[in-house]
Amino acid sequence: MSHAIRPTWVHATILGTFCAGFGIALALTDDITKAPIKERALEDKMNSLGQVIPRSIHDNNPVTDTVKLPNPKVGGHGAPAETEIYRATKDGKIVAVAYEYMASGGYGGPIRLMLGIAPDGKLLGVRVISHKETPGLGDKIEAAKNEWITRFTGLSLGNPPAEKWKVKKDGGQFDQFSGATITPRAVVGGIRQGLEFFATNSSRMMEKK
Amino acid sequence: MSASYGRIVKDGLWENNGVLCMLLGMCPTMAMTGTGTNGLGMGLATAVVMAASNLMVAMFRNYVTHEVRIPVYILIVAANVTFVDLAMNAWMHELYKVLGLFIPLIVSNCLPLARLEAFAAKEPVLPSLVDGTFMGLGFTFALTVIGLVREAIGQGTLFADAALLLGPWAKVMEMRIMPGDWGILVLILPPGGFLIAGLLVVAKRMIDLASGKEIKMAGAHSV
Repeated sequence: MSHAIRPTWVHATILGTFCAGFGIALALTDDITKAPIKERALEDKMNSLGQVIPRSIHDNNPVTDTVKLPNPKVGGHGAPAETEIYRATKDGKIVAVAYEYMASGGYGGPIRLMLGIAPDGKLLGVRVISHKETPGLGDKIEAAKNEWITRFTGLSLGNPPAEKWKVKKDGGQFDQFSGATITPRAVVGGIRQGLEFFATNSSRMMEKK
Repeated sequence: MSASYGRIVKDGLWENNGVLCMLLGMCPTMAMTGTGTNGLGMGLATAVVMAASNLMVAMFRNYVTHEVRIPVYILIVAANVTFVDLAMNAWMHELYKVLGLFIPLIVSNCLPLARLEAFAAKEPVLPSLVDGTFMGLGFTFALTVIGLVREAIGQGTLFADAALLLGPWAKVMEMRIMPGDWGILVLILPPGGFLIAGLLVVAKRMIDLASGKEIKMAGAHSV
């Protein structure tokens, strides 16, 4: 590598050429991977729906039967303006709805939850879709790592009563993890708020198209 | 100053190890070594980026002027990180779900940049590729060991969740070596990273001393 003094435009041209070249390469990669990434995201969505709504109770594809509701304020930044409600039907009758809900107050930002709820307000299942909690501590909210999240199945707003919808440390009935209270607290709060969202909007979620 | 391949491999894995000797790449070293599995994943992703970046810089080394080399290197590392990120998301989605969290962090790692500057900018393509690969594997080795120590003492397991990273066969690697409620939390938290990384640097030097090697303060530029 030579250290001869060259005019500035030489360096500028070299840097500019590299930026342009890698810019084009990145744009091409983005273009090639866009479709598969979208497909994967859809598969993920179907999988997470399958986890919160048992496949045996419906006969449609909930990903294609949706209604949109204005996103509840809670969840804050980065959340889309509308929440998509996925509806599972059997013989044309709605047997469950599922939607994403952002739990705020996580240690590493909002935690995305997927809730599956029966028409009577009972939770069919909850899963964490994505989060940025501490690996090894807060990530026990993932179903793959711990069964903690499955304990919410079958619960509803009245069961347990509202004052018990908290982690044990706050006087509620749900376990926190040793060393991680903030994460489960955010998840429990998020699930409760997600259920309240259902309670106030259930008629709109289940209205016929 | 062309070094032999054996020398490059040995330097990368042990003698001039990025973490244990040069003390580079401390950000991911502290952040991603809560468990052995996380350390391994972060290390492997970094090794891929380092090999690719070293290769590219060595290819272009005669066309980049001294004055603009640093922005060009950063551009190359960042572009490689993005390639890996997008490609894994599209075609290795299961792995991406586990590693996806770590990949953008590689840009904040100064070890790739140090190797570009110290090695790939001066050496031919093939040695540069070997250097990037083995520096990356040395990084993987260090991160995995730090992760295993922190995990064993911090939560009593070894390679927890390795099956998520490597596939079902890795279930055999997952071990619980302490009773279920065992846990010394500080080791999982960031201070544990500093503690164990520091102790491992000491351990490496003691091993080197015991085998009669001279301890020298190594820097990024000693090849």
